[in-house]
Amino acid sequence: MDSELKLSVSSSPHIRSAEDTRSIMLDVIIALMPALAVAIYMFGLRALTLTCVSVAACVFFEWGYRKLMKKTSSIGDLSAVVTGILLAYCTPVSSPYWMIIIGAAFAIIIVKQLYGGIGKNFVNPALAARAFLFSWPVLMSTWVAPLAYNSIFDLSTADVVTAATPLASLHTGAIPQDITLLQAFMGQIGGSMGEISALALILGGLYLVVRKVISLRIPVGFIGSVAIITFIFPKGGNDNLSWMLWNLCSGGIMLGAFFMATDYSTSPVTKKGQWIFGVGCGLLTVFIRYFGSYPEGVSYAILIMNVCVWLIDKYTMPKRFGLTKEKIKEDKAKAKAEKKAKDGAAS
Amino acid sequence: MSHSFFGGIHPDDGKALSANMAIEVLPAPKQVVIPMSLHIGAPCSPLVNKGDYVKLGQKIGDVGAPVSAPIHASVSGTVVAVEPRPHPNGTNVMSIVIENDGLDTLDESVVSHLSENLSDSSVFVKLVREAGIVGMGGATFPTHFKISTGIGKVDTIIINAAECEPYITSDYRTLLEKPEEVISGIKLLMNAFGLSRAYLAVEANKMDAIKVLQDILSKQNSGIEIIVMKARYPQGSEKQLIQTVTGRQVPPGGLPADVGCVVINTYTAWSVNRAITEGMPAIDRVVTVSGPGIASPKNLRARIGTPIEYLIEAAGGFKPNVNKVLMGGPMMGNAQYDMSVPVIKGTNAITVLTTKESRDVENPTCIRCGKCISVCPMHLMPIYMYMYERRNDFEALNKYNLLDCMECGSCTYICPGRLNLVQSFRTGKAKLANERAKQQAAKA
Repeated sequence: MDSELKLSVSSSPHIRSAEDTRSIMLDVIIALMPALAVAIYMFGLRALTLTCVSVAACVFFEWGYRKLMKKTSSIGDLSAVVTGILLAYCTPVSSPYWMIIIGAAFAIIIVKQLYGGIGKNFVNPALAARAFLFSWPVLMSTWVAPLAYNSIFDLSTADVVTAATPLASLHTGAIPQDITLLQAFMGQIGGSMGEISALALILGGLYLVVRKVISLRIPVGFIGSVAIITFIFPKGGNDNLSWMLWNLCSGGIMLGAFFMATDYSTSPVTKKGQWIFGVGCGLLTVFIRYFGSYPEGVSYAILIMNVCVWLIDKYTMPKRFGLTKEKIKEDKAKAKAEKKAKDGAAS
Repeated sequence: MSHSFFGGIHPDDGKALSANMAIEVLPAPKQVVIPMSLHIGAPCSPLVNKGDYVKLGQKIGDVGAPVSAPIHASVSGTVVAVEPRPHPNGTNVMSIVIENDGLDTLDESVVSHLSENLSDSSVFVKLVREAGIVGMGGATFPTHFKISTGIGKVDTIIINAAECEPYITSDYRTLLEKPEEVISGIKLLMNAFGLSRAYLAVEANKMDAIKVLQDILSKQNSGIEIIVMKARYPQGSEKQLIQTVTGRQVPPGGLPADVGCVVINTYTAWSVNRAITEGMPAIDRVVTVSGPGIASPKNLRARIGTPIEYLIEAAGGFKPNVNKVLMGGPMMGNAQYDMSVPVIKGTNAITVLTTKESRDVENPTCIRCGKCISVCPMHLMPIYMYMYERRNDFEALNKYNLLDCMECGSCTYICPGRLNLVQSFRTGKAKLANERAKQQAAKA
């Protein structure tokens, strides 16, 4: 036999699926592109430069932190790029670059890397950074009006035309009158730069579903529960259906449901758990929108559900193979009886 | 098909490499090395000494333990050594080395048993035991023990022709080329169990074989029903096969007989037929030699004890950049480092992979995608089992049912973070066993 032969010996299995972390993150990046295109169309090239700065900052901090800590580099997995895009998407397009860089540092260093990097953080880095950036409340709620730029190439934020977002109107219990629902669905509304177009985000989300990067459980649970509650309980005596549709097309519901709540690190790993998580996000979102002092509830709803993930996973363990329902009941009764006997003996 | 199993994966099956290659008889080598452990259970003790002359089919190893099967000479010739030799499991195992005289002189014991009272299950069980037949699908569980413990409990016989591992085509070729003999074997088994029905479960990627079998079965009233299953790994796993065919789930730690089932591999059924009709014990088997690293993939009938390098040579040798030589398929096969290890009873394939198939990374990282849970056919949570194994949290490992893991490898295959999950679970099982031993020692 060939004496030059060099053989590897390792545990089975010996083949792996082609899909890896990098290819998954690349799919997420692709899925986020329609929303970027709409943002550029509505707000000008500033949307692109802001996204680029955010991505560059996130990748830099990811690289720098791990270099400093003498850990292996992880920028190749592209997760920092995804965080960068999402961070830009959930801030106003007029956000100053320095602010987005601070946000990137917070997201990557404090939220992600201090807990050990990808897969270890327990809240969504982009959303946590967004919450942190509300230290500058005015900058974080300056909403540029769509299609209000003089030139699409104008990158300055000095003389922006601001507009009220549909959410602000909904918060007072009124359906916006200045734009149509279709315009809102397409993205011709004020808001954080990546959240405006429900259409673009749904397209991207469906791409992720088709590519099996995410399942429909969290988005459907999330959007579905918002839809049902807003349909049953419209505010301000509005028509049920239009109130529901306006609620779904404004704010961060689509961005949250397809891209934030489905973040692997910070969502449950079981099927049942993902349903609970999605519905929980939806219920909390409506709760905050209805009763909170701030018009939007998506990011806080997701952050709150993020911290419940551990618990949800624990209580949604799949049914053990080979156990019938009767057997499970029997075992439970037995365990209870044993515990009782033990407690009895102790006292 | 009304039933199914949860999870599973769809790797590229690579069967086209060898599916059209008819079974070729590989000439017996000059020397065979026959380990005394060709099955799960107690190893055999050698019955011959150095210098003895043995005949083809002569029993050369046996032991009294119930979970064991005797071992036979696969060539005629002189015993030149009885000593530990490298075994495909990675250790050195007591082996009998026979210098082949090339005559294949048959042992007197090799006679047809068709005239015996096969309806008496004890007679049948004894014949199966004496023929050294074990689960030829790779698990090598002694078949006589399966039959004797199953009689009376079993209401469903399932013949496993799923062959769900990529690259392997040995059962497929056997079904295609020897369908009557397989069917005859199934009928013998039905007779032994006293059952009038049996299921022959085949994956839908073997339509040629299914058609051949259907043609034969349609002309007779055999009680054998072909079940065509969607191709999915690990469809051929015993528990998942039972679930697919009957909807029943084998309880944790239980055996198929607990839910009234017995599962017999295709090649095992074929071997049973040969052992009864010709009296020939398990002395050879069909081995698929394939994979991206093999020059001309083949299905070879090789004697037990043939060094695997013979098979690799017969299949044209290696292509460049060979990385792994596996005994078995790429999902559950054992990586080999010594090309002199012999073909054993469970060797359904030699799979050779190149560096191109290696997708291991330096720093496997869990991203909590949960894909491992969605593919686990045993309803486990590999992500947490991995975490607790790393932390040596034995209580949690038990709570997450680590011992239910059958190491099918689906989780590791699908993991985008490239974690070595199965390896961690093997380590975890060993740790649990150690821990139990420690506790018992402390009690004593």
